[in-house]
Amino acid sequence: MDWHGIFSGALQQGLGPVAAVYCLAAIGLNVHFGYTGLLNFGQAGFMAVGGYALSSFVATWGLSFWLGLVVAIVLCVVLALLLGVPTLRLRADYLAIVTIAAAEILRQTIGSVTLLKYFGGQDGLQSFNDSFASLNPFTGSVGIPGVVSWRPYDFWTLLVCWGLCLVCCLMVWALMRSPWGRVLKGIREDEDAVRSLGKNVYAYKMQSLMIGGVIGGLAGIMSALQHSAINPSLFATDTTFFAYTVLLLGGAARVLGPVAGTIVFWFLISFLDLFFGAATSGTPPLIPDAIMSDTQASLMRFIFMGLALMLLMVFRPQGIFGDRRELALDAR
Amino acid sequence: MNTRRRSIPALGRSLAVLLVGIVAALLVAGGPASAAPATQAAPQACVHPPQRNDNSIHIQGCMIDQRKTPATPVSGVKIAVADDTGTVIGRGTSNSGGSFDIALPGPSINNLGKTFTVRIDRASLPKGAALRNPKQVALKVTPKIDSDIFVAFPIGKAGIGDTSVAVQALQLAVTGLVFGLILAMGSLGLSMIFGTTGLTNFAHGELITFGALVAYGVDSLPGDIKIAGLNVTLAVAMIVAVIASGIFGWVNDRALWQPLRKRHTGLIAMMVVSIGLSVFLRNVYQYLVGASNHQYSQFASPEPYHWGPVLITPKDIFVVLFCVVVLVLVVVALQRTRIGKATRAVADNTALSSATGINVDRVISVVWIVGTALAGLSGVLLGMTEGFDYQVGFKLLLLVFSAVVLGGLGTAWGAIVGALVIGIFVDVSTLVIPPELKFVGALVVLIIVLLIRPQGILGRSERVG
Repeated sequence: MDWHGIFSGALQQGLGPVAAVYCLAAIGLNVHFGYTGLLNFGQAGFMAVGGYALSSFVATWGLSFWLGLVVAIVLCVVLALLLGVPTLRLRADYLAIVTIAAAEILRQTIGSVTLLKYFGGQDGLQSFNDSFASLNPFTGSVGIPGVVSWRPYDFWTLLVCWGLCLVCCLMVWALMRSPWGRVLKGIREDEDAVRSLGKNVYAYKMQSLMIGGVIGGLAGIMSALQHSAINPSLFATDTTFFAYTVLLLGGAARVLGPVAGTIVFWFLISFLDLFFGAATSGTPPLIPDAIMSDTQASLMRFIFMGLALMLLMVFRPQGIFGDRRELALDAR
Repeated sequence: MNTRRRSIPALGRSLAVLLVGIVAALLVAGGPASAAPATQAAPQACVHPPQRNDNSIHIQGCMIDQRKTPATPVSGVKIAVADDTGTVIGRGTSNSGGSFDIALPGPSINNLGKTFTVRIDRASLPKGAALRNPKQVALKVTPKIDSDIFVAFPIGKAGIGDTSVAVQALQLAVTGLVFGLILAMGSLGLSMIFGTTGLTNFAHGELITFGALVAYGVDSLPGDIKIAGLNVTLAVAMIVAVIASGIFGWVNDRALWQPLRKRHTGLIAMMVVSIGLSVFLRNVYQYLVGASNHQYSQFASPEPYHWGPVLITPKDIFVVLFCVVVLVLVVVALQRTRIGKATRAVADNTALSSATGINVDRVISVVWIVGTALAGLSGVLLGMTEGFDYQVGFKLLLLVFSAVVLGGLGTAWGAIVGALVIGIFVDVSTLVIPPELKFVGALVVLIIVLLIRPQGILGRSERVG
């Protein structure tokens, strides 16, 4: 078995553009869930709005890419408002159900044949990223020779995406040590206590939902750019669950939690994927075909992910870096 | 602190037991499926044309007259295919084998994702005959992959094609009622578990799929089970599935949720655990049965009855009667029996009912067993009416949530009423919205209900939504 190839591949994924996209989504969730205690299960909805706003702006209506970027962010704020007005007064479990339902409404509507001419149905949209790709300064593969390398476009998206993660992390760090951030944490711990201090809890929650939602929208935009294509399956419910796993692994309510969580999670998941992929290919394969075929091997990563999320939540809800005392995780 | 530390290995052990149990149960269920796939000879006389290997998509179909047994092919039926602008791009006539073949002009890449309407010339059907499915008179098809599209057009007695809006609505309401009753079983289970333990179980969809899969495992065992010459394979499969689901529910509670409750894990943490369980189980299911759609061996739909203008198949009648009996039994048991009263007491106030001597753990175990058995049953019935795949329950999960929230979280009648409303709404709404968006309608209803009446239709108003 090609251990070097597997490690190199896992490292490539762990630091790669897909991981960076999930990192952005998880930073958004960190603002919602980690700092404010909002159980937003509809992050995939924000991602879908961001990604589709940009790609349909360019591919369907033929307008400017950069204007599309602005519109995408504005639409994410609008979605946060639309979602927040009815739901932010609800209890945590209701909020979870409503946000997950909203994300699913968006995904199914966008993917419908009725709106095929705007959003391309299940096949989605392509060729909207020329403006972004033309800025790519890299030619030839980039990386550390012999250890890991990326194709030029992948490296370019990876760089931009991790750059955005860095900016977002800095922003979260600055916000959360400000008085505004302390109110958010207060809301997470005890909403009524904050209300009795005369703070408008509803407004703070709404602002948190907007900021996290915009970061989620950026994740959707980067996801579309990174794939050079967009389709509804990128924004399935499982996308949100992945982002939650990443966040909880790194540690919620920690600025760098999502970053650490993403790298570790994506490294391990890709490692498993490549390992089982290698173990089921070749003649004869290491694992007999009767036990695991190569299609089944591609499922192993999700099986382990589900298992990891369960075990993590049971045995170490604070993740790698989190503080158990800070995060009571039962902010009802 | 000490007790917590000691309980961690215990929890680890019970988690391991749960996982081994799940895998073992699924191996039993899924093993035979791969060993002996259920192959059933197609009852039609139609012959599936061989796959061509060129760069074009053909729309193929077959006219079969199901008024006679065995069904006979119908020749001379005229078919026209129109593109999305309404221009007719191809015509055909069914041959002596009942089949027709119309090529879509242009290479297949140009036709992918476009919608074509296949129109049947009703005047060319035999006298007194009409399509069994009135929607097929103008059937919309959308090629998704580069392969031919084959549609069977069953023909039955005339008078079915009557398409006034009222009749359509009535027909859809009947379909919706069947779906709603199946949904009610799943929703009742979720609602009971939520009521007694406060757990919002995102893995409930997988409990529904579990029933469908176990029944499939039994159904695809070689040979038929016969009692007095009657083939009862599916009935036996259903009973086995319900029992296995009950056991699965008990294992779920004992190995995972009870230890978590003992550790005073927060409800949000438990919700996240249930998400992990959902992802885990769903992928284990796919590992075992693959991603394709499955049907039970006794799936063939017999000639429907006419009740006035409405068509209803014997299978639908069976599902409706069966569901009503089961649901009434469960609700009456909740109202009248000792354990039912204890369940409602625990749902109302756990601490108080514990203080009055009710064994809360036992009540919760029973609730898990009954709730999961109901979920498994709904999975089997769903598989009987529509077929199933590894994520049939997951696709239903949000509808189950909608039903439970609509009726009022934690109330038994509420879950049933909510499910019926959602089920009928989903199907009747296809009169005005495209069928592909019918679930979206239900989810919009969910959000609107939470906006204006968070406690649901039958919920108590003191609940803060």
